Amino acid sequence: MSGANVKPTLTGESRSSARPGRIVRLTVNGRTHEVTLPAHRTLLEALRDLGYVDVKNGCEKGDCGACAVLLDGKVVNSCLVLAWQAEGAAITTNAGLGTVDRPHPIQEAFADAGAVQCGYCTPGMVLAAKALLDENPNPSEAEIREAISGNLCRCTGYGQIVEAVRLAAQRLREKAPTKQGGEKR
Amino acid sequence: MTLPAFELVQPRSLRDAIDALAAAPGMEPIAGGTSLLVDLRGARVKAETLLDLGRIDELRGITIDSHELVIGAMATIADVLKNPAVAEHAPLLVEACRLFASPLVRNRATIGGNLAYASPAADAAPPLLALDAVVELRSVRGRRQVALAEFFKGVRKTARKPDELLVGIHIPRAVPGTLSAYRKLGLRKADSISVASVATRVVVDMAGRCQAARIALGAVAPVPLRVAKAEAALTRHGLTVEAAADAAKLAAEATSPIDDVRGTAAYRRRVTETLVKRALLELVEKGGDGR
Ligand SMILES: Cc1cc2nc3c(=O)[nH]c(=O)nc-3n(C[C@H](O)[C@H](O)[C@H](O)COP(=O)(O)OP(=O)(O)OC[C@H]3O[C@@H](n4cnc5c(N)ncnc54)[C@H](O)[C@@H]3O)c2cc1C
Repeated sequence: MSGANVKPTLTGESRSSARPGRIVRLTVNGRTHEVTLPAHRTLLEALRDLGYVDVKNGCEKGDCGACAVLLDGKVVNSCLVLAWQAEGAAITTNAGLGTVDRPHPIQEAFADAGAVQCGYCTPGMVLAAKALLDENPNPSEAEIREAISGNLCRCTGYGQIVEAVRLAAQRLREKAPTKQGGEKR
Repeated sequence: MTLPAFELVQPRSLRDAIDALAAAPGMEPIAGGTSLLVDLRGARVKAETLLDLGRIDELRGITIDSHELVIGAMATIADVLKNPAVAEHAPLLVEACRLFASPLVRNRATIGGNLAYASPAADAAPPLLALDAVVELRSVRGRRQVALAEFFKGVRKTARKPDELLVGIHIPRAVPGTLSAYRKLGLRKADSISVASVATRVVVDMAGRCQAARIALGAVAPVPLRVAKAEAALTRHGLTVEAAADAAKLAAEATSPIDDVRGTAAYRRRVTETLVKRALLELVEKGGDGR
């Protein structure tokens, strides 16, 4: 449980003016939080308020993918999911894949390929890549581009991002000669 | 920016959902939320209470029997893309779903939501019109089926009554000799709303005659529509290069497009002709090899 929930909220909405809501259990990166949320709180807002600030707030319209998370392994825009709807699902953010000390091979490939410029799109890109590689360990360039088509990079460094996903795919295949088993959850 | 406040009701069965809707028909169903939440945020839609269909497992299934394919209203675009029965009996819908939004949106957006929202540019509509789809509506008053062509009444208007839920889409099994082709024009290759889209389907008999033809258009009229005159050009003259050109002209004449941020009316009419022609020429080519 995250006890220290006294950070300023993303919404800036004072809690007293909001509807009271109900207690929602959110399981994020394997950890369960119980938080009281009104029905209109998005998953994006709830996650950032819980301190998962690797989930970025971009357009709030589903256009940019900066707020991407995995819901039961599927990549979605957390700005278009209500927090109540995410109850019972396994929510994974970029930080749930790996840390700076122990990065996930996809994260490592993003660093190695120079795929990070301002960094705002990176967590979403990494998760879109994770969802792709879980289903298709050996994607073509066209498949990589299609998989990240819902994630905008305004630095427009797409070339390196595509290269990072290709590199990650290659490394993951080399690592797992049998099959890509043993996933998280 | 926070969403305007609303209540959320989350029934676990269809029975509970239609009971709740009967008691308060002003409730706004929420499926994938990919249109509704954007509209609520933009204050284009107002709702006191949302009815979440996301916990009703019985609305998500895709089934096939001896005469039809049934896609549950809550099946997502991603579910449709992965389903082998859809691939076999409604490849036209699969083609459209491949070009639908982005992977992120496809994991939430539902087929039912796409039709119920009744955007002129709803990408599932032209293929489903061309596949002779019928939608099933349920309320405490019972169930009824409406041909998709009669379901769309205008921009964001449908035959759905406020106490009804769209529960499924019925598609006849594909018959031998069926050929289909789809074209979508957006402003970019992926994740874009249609400027115009075209779904075509023909049934060719053993002698190579065109027994049935369907041509449906998206984003070029207040509702997604079938163009009967253009279809007749094919059934009358057969699946030929000349008939394809005639049908394409007739299809463009049947449009009533608007100017908007994605294109002018005149442009939409012209690209409709081109898209129909290209789709039909694909069919001519496929039909030519005796398939
Ligand atoms: C970035 C982005 C890209 C997009 N790209 C495309 C695209 O390429 N092509 C396209 O067609 N659309 C696109 N859309 C629009 C949207 O994703 C689709 O129309 C989607 O299918 C809507 O389905 P939903 O389940 O999200 O519906 P919701 O947003 O949940 O609901 C939409 C409306 O339908 C009603 N409704 C939903 N389900 C039912 C039901 N079972 N019974 C009765 N009423 C119901 C709701 O009350 C609401 O009024 C895009 C949206 C975004 C955000």
